[in-house]
Amino acid sequence: MRSRTIAAAAAFGLLTLTGCGAADMTKQASPYADAHGAKTVTLSVQSWVGAQANAAVARYLLEHELGYRVDTVQIDEVPAWDALSQGRVDAILEDWGHPEQEQRYVADKKTIAPGGELGVTGHIGWFVPKYFADTNPDVTDWKNLNKYADRLRTAESGGKGQLLDGSPSYVTNDRALVKNLDLDYQVVFSGSEAAQITQIKQFAKKKKPFLTYWYKPQWLFEQVPMTEVKLPAYEEGCDAEPEKVACAYPHTPLRKFLNARFADAGGRAAEFLKNFRWTTRAQNEVALMIADQKLAPEQAAERWVKKNESTWRAWLPK
Amino acid sequence: MSTTAVARVPLSDTLARYRTALVAGAALVALLLGILFLGGGTWPARLAVDLSGPLGDASDWIIDNRDSHPLFLYFFGHISNAVVLSVRAVYLVLLAAGWAGVTAAAGLVAWRLAGIRPALTAVAAFAVCGLLGMWVPTMQTLALMTVAVTASVLLGAALGLAAGLSDRLHRALRPVLDTMQVLPAFAYLLPVVLVFGIGVPAAVLATVVYAAPPMARLTALGLRGADAGVMEAAASLGATGRQRLLTARLPLARKELLLGVNQSIMMALSMAVIASVIGAGGLGDRVYQALASVDVGAALAAGVPVVLLAVVLDRVTAAAGERIGAAPSRGTALGWAVAAAVATAFALVGRHTGRLLWPDAWTVDIAASVNRAVDWMTAHLYSGVPVVGGTADWAARFTGWVLDPVRDGLQWLPWWTVLLLVAVLAQLVGTWRTALTAVLAMAVIGVLGAWEPALDTLSQVLAAVAVTLLAGVAIGVAAARGPRLERLLRPVLDVFQTMPQFVYLIPVVALFGVGRAPAAAAAVVYALPAVVRITTQGMRAVDPVVLESSRSLGATGWQQLRQVQLPLARPALLLAVNQGVVLVLAVVIIGGMVGGGALGYLVVFGLAQGDLATGLVAGVAIVCLGLMLDRVTQPAGKETRNA
Repeated sequence: MRSRTIAAAAAFGLLTLTGCGAADMTKQASPYADAHGAKTVTLSVQSWVGAQANAAVARYLLEHELGYRVDTVQIDEVPAWDALSQGRVDAILEDWGHPEQEQRYVADKKTIAPGGELGVTGHIGWFVPKYFADTNPDVTDWKNLNKYADRLRTAESGGKGQLLDGSPSYVTNDRALVKNLDLDYQVVFSGSEAAQITQIKQFAKKKKPFLTYWYKPQWLFEQVPMTEVKLPAYEEGCDAEPEKVACAYPHTPLRKFLNARFADAGGRAAEFLKNFRWTTRAQNEVALMIADQKLAPEQAAERWVKKNESTWRAWLPK
Repeated sequence: MSTTAVARVPLSDTLARYRTALVAGAALVALLLGILFLGGGTWPARLAVDLSGPLGDASDWIIDNRDSHPLFLYFFGHISNAVVLSVRAVYLVLLAAGWAGVTAAAGLVAWRLAGIRPALTAVAAFAVCGLLGMWVPTMQTLALMTVAVTASVLLGAALGLAAGLSDRLHRALRPVLDTMQVLPAFAYLLPVVLVFGIGVPAAVLATVVYAAPPMARLTALGLRGADAGVMEAAASLGATGRQRLLTARLPLARKELLLGVNQSIMMALSMAVIASVIGAGGLGDRVYQALASVDVGAALAAGVPVVLLAVVLDRVTAAAGERIGAAPSRGTALGWAVAAAVATAFALVGRHTGRLLWPDAWTVDIAASVNRAVDWMTAHLYSGVPVVGGTADWAARFTGWVLDPVRDGLQWLPWWTVLLLVAVLAQLVGTWRTALTAVLAMAVIGVLGAWEPALDTLSQVLAAVAVTLLAGVAIGVAAARGPRLERLLRPVLDVFQTMPQFVYLIPVVALFGVGRAPAAAAAVVYALPAVVRITTQGMRAVDPVVLESSRSLGATGWQQLRQVQLPLARPALLLAVNQGVVLVLAVVIIGGMVGGGALGYLVVFGLAQGDLATGLVAGVAIVCLGLMLDRVTQPAGKETRNA
């Protein structure tokens, strides 16, 4: 009896708190947004620094040129799509290609709208440090990798060579590649990009050879120059079946996506984000300031913005 | 802690020996039968169920119906909105009070509840949060914590009330609460996110699941522990059930209730950073974002406020709990009125001078110097240290000599032998019932198809627990013997216990490289304080009379330790083992982020890829592993694990 009263009271409390009727699950911004009575845009930031650079510059311009307040939320790629469709975030600025999500949200549910290209082309591959490739030039072809397995062994790789992989959120075919190309290697997942970068830097400090999954554009190349290992050439559709992949990764033009409602009604902010388009070099410049010089993303963005007015002027809505 | 666990020991010695023989005999027979009928190797595929189909469908269904199905529109949607509205309300109040108002209010509340020293600590802590440039994130976290802790306390108290008043509910709730506590937070982030989406509602709900059990346990404990004499007196005075509850039982349970609140707060804070993975914002998000750019200094700057909040809230609620027994001081109402007036005055002054947010000019940037220190340390310790070798060499040796053999050994054992081993251990430590639970838990892992990674994880847990216990008991014994050392250790243990694990992931990888060794190191750092504390307390609790008499018989310090203190502190040591295991397991997932692989990686993978099947199966496997380890290490009675 008592529990029923409590349940009724709780239900009543919920209803009075939220207003009666149906709750809209697609319209729920962050409780921290809008605190100063300003128009707010929420950007999703993925864990790599390139994504931070995009968000930092977009944020700086939205705040200083267009008078918005910007919130950033760090989310992994796939959950970010979900958050975008629900309106928890307004935009993803750097997407590396998620055909399944695109089909579901853009084509079927129409809750997400494409926001054009970012201007940066992404590429995933296998890399060895330049100091290693210089002394052993033939390591840069996958056919010779088995010769070097011994030298790339670590405590974790269990008698085989170590292929260092990164965050679980990244697109990777490496397990299949190692198997299908008959390589004497063990894929070791470092579990996060931070762990992977830290390990690469430690290897580089001691000039130890290593083989790693890595991607471009990436600021770490400035600190640890790396050479790509040639894998069997990529052809359209050769990576269709995850188990049978035996080819290199494609070059992907990175794209932006907006929440559909925001794309329509987001005003100048939405227009600005659609116009936002820069180059790999520009992104790297900002990324390096954040990751290497340890500048706050905001400061890095400010420096870049001060130097490149002609570039970003074109992004502002007329 | 009750003495019933100890009281069971002096059962006749022969019976105990008889039981061991019985168990050993049964095990031998089972072993022979197993060899004859079951064959060897890993868990057979025909006994496994693949859940990826149905779980994938469930997740698709949720995504497709979330915006239209009544379940979401009229139930989850309202919960979600209520959470957002309450967090927002608290946040706006905090912002409106400004830094001066909030700091003053914190100090004054601490003063009224706990006295002058905690008050000064509170003021200093909030000032440091501002100095580190973390004012706004601190307020966001505080707002989220306020709502989450309130919800946990209400839910926990309701459950505890039910369990305290009804024996049947008490029995029914216990396994539920057990599971909620062993459940690693990461494992249920994904389902929560699926239902509520990324953001604050999901974070608050995940926090409540984690933080409510201690409140429920302690409420039930307090109600059940009410003095029978007092209750009878109340009944004889003709009090109704409700009156007895309100005027006698609840007031008598005040101490436990307050301890429950205290524990809920600590658990909730430890979730603050983990919840950032699903977009909770605030300090956790700062730590997480700093991790992405491999910036230990920035992560520390955001981690320190978490530690400070935890220390302040812990000290204030603990001191308030101690005061509760004492007679109420006069002029309490007046004191509160003064406090409220002063806090309001500070807030108003802040408003009128237009200084609501912490001034930027008053911040100190610690990131650069911290990073330099970490770089120096990792550069010098990583390898090539004369004689002892660098940390990388230790890690490689630990992996090669300890982790690999244990893992390979466990995975080499036929699956039924593992079950048998678990059964025998649980039976020797506990009862037939605990043995059954433990074996069933292991069997579930096999059925779910997570056998190999689970054994990999188990090997890491065993190795890390061994290291934790060796170090923890040694330090704990030393601290129990030297009060100076204990005082020195206290703040260090506080920091280790409350510092978000994400902060030390990078240094750990820089020292030990990517792999299972850094995962073990992170687990040891996290579990060590609890083991040290429990050991110290257990050693302290040894009756001084016994110690005195042993000394008078001419025992040396070492003999005393080995033959008197350690045996008498056995229940505490067993509890230390149990807590060590549970805490190490809690870090397993974090270990997945530094190359620990196995179940931890799978859970992180599930969350990152939105893959409910992988994430949930691995999460359930961790829960089962936790249940099994808990049963195998939990000394006979449940009484030892009330808190």
